[in-house]
Amino acid sequence: MAALNIKQGSSSHSAYDLRDFHSEVESSHTLAVIVDNEAGVLARVIGLFSGRGYNIDSLTVAEIDHKGHRSRITIVTRGTMAVIDQIKAQLGRIVPVHEVIDLTIESQPVERELALFKVAGTGDKRIEALRLAEIFRANVVDSTLESFVFEMTGTSEKIDAFAELMRPLGLIDVARTGVAALPRGL
Amino acid sequence: MSRQMTGAKMVVQALKDHGVDTIFGYPGGAVLPIYDEIFQQNDVKHILVRHEQAAVHMAEGYARSTGKPGCVLVTSGPGATNAVTGLTDALLDSIPLVVFSGQVPTFMIGTDGFQEADTIGITRPCTKHNWLVKDTEKLAETIHQAFHVATTGRPGPVLIDLPKDVQFATGTYTEPKTARVDHYQPRVKASIEQINDLVALIEKAERPIFYTGGGVINSGPGASQLLRELVDATGFPITSTLMGLGAYPASGKNWLGMLGMHGLYEANLAMHGCDLMINLGARFDDRITGRISDFSPDSFKVHVDIDASSINKVITVNLPIVGDVGHVLEDVLKVWKARGRKVNKEGLAKWWKQIAEWQAVNCLAYEQKGKSIKPQYALQRLEALTKGMDRYITTEVGQHQMWAAQFLGFEAPNRWMTSGGLGTMGYGFPASIGVQMAHPDALVINVAGEASWLMNMQEMGTATQFRAPVKQFILNNERLGMVRQWQELLHGERYSHSWSESLPDFVKLAESFGWKGIRCENPDDLDEAIKEMLAYDGPVLFDCLVEKHENCFPMIPSGKPHNEMLLAADAEAFKEGATLV
Repeated sequence: MAALNIKQGSSSHSAYDLRDFHSEVESSHTLAVIVDNEAGVLARVIGLFSGRGYNIDSLTVAEIDHKGHRSRITIVTRGTMAVIDQIKAQLGRIVPVHEVIDLTIESQPVERELALFKVAGTGDKRIEALRLAEIFRANVVDSTLESFVFEMTGTSEKIDAFAELMRPLGLIDVARTGVAALPRGL
Repeated sequence: MSRQMTGAKMVVQALKDHGVDTIFGYPGGAVLPIYDEIFQQNDVKHILVRHEQAAVHMAEGYARSTGKPGCVLVTSGPGATNAVTGLTDALLDSIPLVVFSGQVPTFMIGTDGFQEADTIGITRPCTKHNWLVKDTEKLAETIHQAFHVATTGRPGPVLIDLPKDVQFATGTYTEPKTARVDHYQPRVKASIEQINDLVALIEKAERPIFYTGGGVINSGPGASQLLRELVDATGFPITSTLMGLGAYPASGKNWLGMLGMHGLYEANLAMHGCDLMINLGARFDDRITGRISDFSPDSFKVHVDIDASSINKVITVNLPIVGDVGHVLEDVLKVWKARGRKVNKEGLAKWWKQIAEWQAVNCLAYEQKGKSIKPQYALQRLEALTKGMDRYITTEVGQHQMWAAQFLGFEAPNRWMTSGGLGTMGYGFPASIGVQMAHPDALVINVAGEASWLMNMQEMGTATQFRAPVKQFILNNERLGMVRQWQELLHGERYSHSWSESLPDFVKLAESFGWKGIRCENPDDLDEAIKEMLAYDGPVLFDCLVEKHENCFPMIPSGKPHNEMLLAADAEAFKEGATLV
């Protein structure tokens, strides 16, 4: 090693990865995976995660280009830097996968989730739920005399926070879409 | 030019257009239209197997010995599920295969029809890619894409599932050259910065080593040629994985032998002590690395692989290069020559002196004494008596496989077919038939253990029917030798179910299929018996009764680093102090 005069893990070229692969610290990454919208493509992506023991915290998928039959799968996953890099490389070799973008590395992405909350209650609790919904900019999309359905978009953390507040006020059901994300700027 | 034809006819037409001369298969209800087309032509030869698993292994043998994709045709349901082991084997060893499976008609899919299985679902994780074709209009395009995907980038098996109504229906056949393949074009060339960096390392290294794998073989004969040129010109030592044997000739002066769990002492210690490791098309398999934390602790590691996911998967490397081994070698040679062919001569001389000391340990030493044949001796005699012949060797899995890798020398690529990644017992016999179909006049020998060999012995009929003069060289120790060895060394000598009970009389078995059977149990008779096998024009079942309790050394016990390998002489001491890991 001394004769080579190169410090392990470093390089003069930016093409090399200077991150610490040995780090045991896990972090959350949001990946955008652009795929051909063909039969079974989602199963391939999910099968890769289950088959190789990776985590999926959230997953959304929809066709984004009807003419080109392209879909965008947004996956929030968690792992050490080495695991995240391996996940991206494994995704990249699935034949119908065109592009894998690590939004967390490339920018602080804009991340949004849509959620629906059903809250049942009467009297003070009902009034309090409505007041909090206003503060969180949640919309009432269905109401009866004993219940509301609120619709809200926001970060996953905001939705978690709202759900926590609604719980003592009669929250009986939540439906969440999972994260959709885009990089900021150009 | 496009033509109208049935889906079944398209399959055969596409095979012809892709230059396929042989397909291995087994008919059944869901592929009858294709078999009807096969019946009416003579360009594609169909080899009728006795079990679909064997069809896939035959296609693997065909592919590995020719560099062309192997083709298989099986029916729906059990035909497809029987193919799964072969597909997984081909996936792990990166062997290009195109497998066609029949499927129930599209309108019956999902109804649990007769011989229906979710073939696409079952084979998704054991193929590089697979397709269910629901429209005859898309069939030709799909087949062309399948051949492209199987053979491009890191090769692998692909499967096309063909519902019976799609085979009957008529559609437009399109030519291979019109197929859309631009979406799958893996990168083959490395950047010039990376090449320059690698050359700079080659110029300075004091203790370098080339560590090569199956990727060199898969890259084609040109890559092996370039490798030989670079190794000989730099004077660097070279070792190879099980998969890469033959890329550099065993008679070459820089050859250290195979590395890994049962690799040579000098190869493993050179890996452990090197300061520059150049990995060309190998993947740091766990049988190679031993304990990860102690793997080659002081080296700068370069990894060239066409599959980006192989890099930094197991071992973190310092210079990752995504590209085809052949392309990278060509560029490295060009740049290294242009910069004046420099190497660190002084460092290298010291390094070779150290390696010579390791080589002097003579790690493969064994003693042929008494009246029983040592398996190593049998292979040494086979090697000596086939020297200079352009022979093709396949193996099953276990001790005999490791001994074959240690004691047989390979001078050219594509001459050594063994199940490396998946370790599939039962691989070697059908693979040898596949090799023989591709090279009808060549000497093809399957080095086998009796237990592995029994796993696909039904293919004797196939060899007889298609006049494949394959030689089955069985090292018969009446044991599952490798299992027995681990039980001896690591499980307190409790030999749980590791013997071969109720074995057939192999000579009579051979004769019952019209083969020649030879039994040999005396070392003095061995040479004559091997010569008899080689001289016989037809399939031979050679029952070589060998020492029953011979262990395969050297051995790196799992979880140990390279520099803690066991030689035969250390085994007793190890047993006493063994802890199971």
